Amino acid sequence: MTLLAPKTAEPVEQAAPPKRSTLARRLVPYGYLSPTLILIVVLMVVPIVMVISYSFRDNVIVQDNSVFAGLANYTKVLTDPDFLAALKNTAVFITVSMAAHLVLGLTFAMMLNTQLLSGVTKAVFRIVYILPWLFTIAVVAVIWRMLLDPSGVVNYVLHTLGLINEGVNWLGDPGKALWAVTFINIWSGYPFFMISLLAGLQGIPNDLYEAAAVDGTNWFQRFLHVTLPQLRPVIISMAVLDLIWTSQQFALIWMTTGGGPLNTTEMLSTYTYKQAFSEYEFATASAAAVLVLLITMVLAFFYVRSQRER
Amino acid sequence: MATVKTKRTLAKTGVIGGLVLGALFAGLPVLWMLSTSFKSNGEVFQNPPKLITSSFSFDAYTEILGNGAQLRFFLNSYLVAIAVTVLTLLVALLAGYAFSRFDFPMKKTINAVIVSVQAVPPITLVIPYFGLVVALGLYNTYPGLILTHMVFTLPYAIIMITAYLNTLPKELDESVKVDGGTGWTALWRILVPISVPGLIAVGVYTFMISWNEYLFALSLTRTDDMRTVPIGIQLLMGQHSYEWNQMMAMSILGSIPVLILFLLFQKRFIGGLTAGAVKA
Repeated sequence: MTLLAPKTAEPVEQAAPPKRSTLARRLVPYGYLSPTLILIVVLMVVPIVMVISYSFRDNVIVQDNSVFAGLANYTKVLTDPDFLAALKNTAVFITVSMAAHLVLGLTFAMMLNTQLLSGVTKAVFRIVYILPWLFTIAVVAVIWRMLLDPSGVVNYVLHTLGLINEGVNWLGDPGKALWAVTFINIWSGYPFFMISLLAGLQGIPNDLYEAAAVDGTNWFQRFLHVTLPQLRPVIISMAVLDLIWTSQQFALIWMTTGGGPLNTTEMLSTYTYKQAFSEYEFATASAAAVLVLLITMVLAFFYVRSQRER
Repeated sequence: MATVKTKRTLAKTGVIGGLVLGALFAGLPVLWMLSTSFKSNGEVFQNPPKLITSSFSFDAYTEILGNGAQLRFFLNSYLVAIAVTVLTLLVALLAGYAFSRFDFPMKKTINAVIVSVQAVPPITLVIPYFGLVVALGLYNTYPGLILTHMVFTLPYAIIMITAYLNTLPKELDESVKVDGGTGWTALWRILVPISVPGLIAVGVYTFMISWNEYLFALSLTRTDDMRTVPIGIQLLMGQHSYEWNQMMAMSILGSIPVLILFLLFQKRFIGGLTAGAVKA
């Protein structure tokens, strides 16, 4: 990979007559990059240094007599039952969402890739299938708050089918809220998988299926031995991206349950937000934020590695 | 031969059945939102539920559109999203040109930093941003939102524009330089005009990210006259003891810009998106 990377710029530079000094010419690319570099320093480097320094101090932001606090904030966060609950909830939320995104995304992508239907029909279905992803999370949250209301249409359907006896408060029942928000996240997130997998499916050469068909394989064997291996790289990169995004989900939880009832839907993001903007414990929040950053860095490391393997 | 045909019909029925089921799962909630926006609030939870009720009207929409406070949310969202889009394209174009046409020390490192910015959790950034924005006097202002939104939009835009410029032959720049022009003229006179399709795709995505952003808009603004549409929807949920029809009307009005942009640029957009996701 690295060896094959083309050295793109040099021919152009050599062709240009050497008007300016070499130093000035060397600085040219940095000139073009300077707005980006300034923004990265202001929006990334400085804030990360700030949040790390906050996490080792006390009385930050709201008061100006901040003092060094060592690891006290970290000890406080890591021994807080709410944080541990948030960690567990986030793990469940991510695992179930990802599995469902993959299964739904792949199923829908394969149906949309069928040779049995005309292009127009498929195009119409494709737009309908992408719909959930086009609505911002704030909208997704209010739609589902209405649908999942105890007297809402979901309860009506389930009641009519005889599956429940009375209206269930899906988002307000401690035993059901986590599943309800996970379901909403599944609904709003599968199209992204589907779009990428559909592009992946369309890229599989037909010869592979024809060769497999000649060998007398059935539909399922072709799926197992042609489709899945061919899609593997797409699936891996989508899974890691989904992992990173789902772990960062804030708006959906905040607008449906706010982390409740009784912390049952508290996530790392809502926990951190509450520490900062509800409790004004910015130091504690910073420690939690740094822990979230560390977790994400580990996940991102796997993403980069999975990209390299390809 | 008849069995092959029967099998084919069976398979087709199965696929259509599956597609319809999936479409109901994806589309019914959206349809229900649309239908609720035309109801009177008293009929939202009527039993049995009806898609179209006798009180069908556009009242919820006129209510939202006739309310200055709600219109302000839209104005704010448009201002912020358009400013973010223009600034992102400008900065990313310069960076993309540097990455595509020059070789320089630290190129790989800088590129890796830009890629990794995408993975940094917003919740980690929002705390120092709050401190920073307050210190800079940008709390509860447009520039505060515009600047912070660019942390999401810039990395993707740079990656996509670099990839786009890489597909354009270097001979194009050379022809300008032979005529005595500089790299700067080559960029603006030659590369930008032929990159318009790519820039549109990146611009649409940038606009969508900014339009939909929630966490920073929630934390870095305080007064209602600075709130954006997503926060406006949430505020509507709190204040009017659940005017569901208005909430749905506002949700639809707030989704229209993104829906239109998506439908107009669907092909280009999906192409760019999957290319970014797969190759980035």
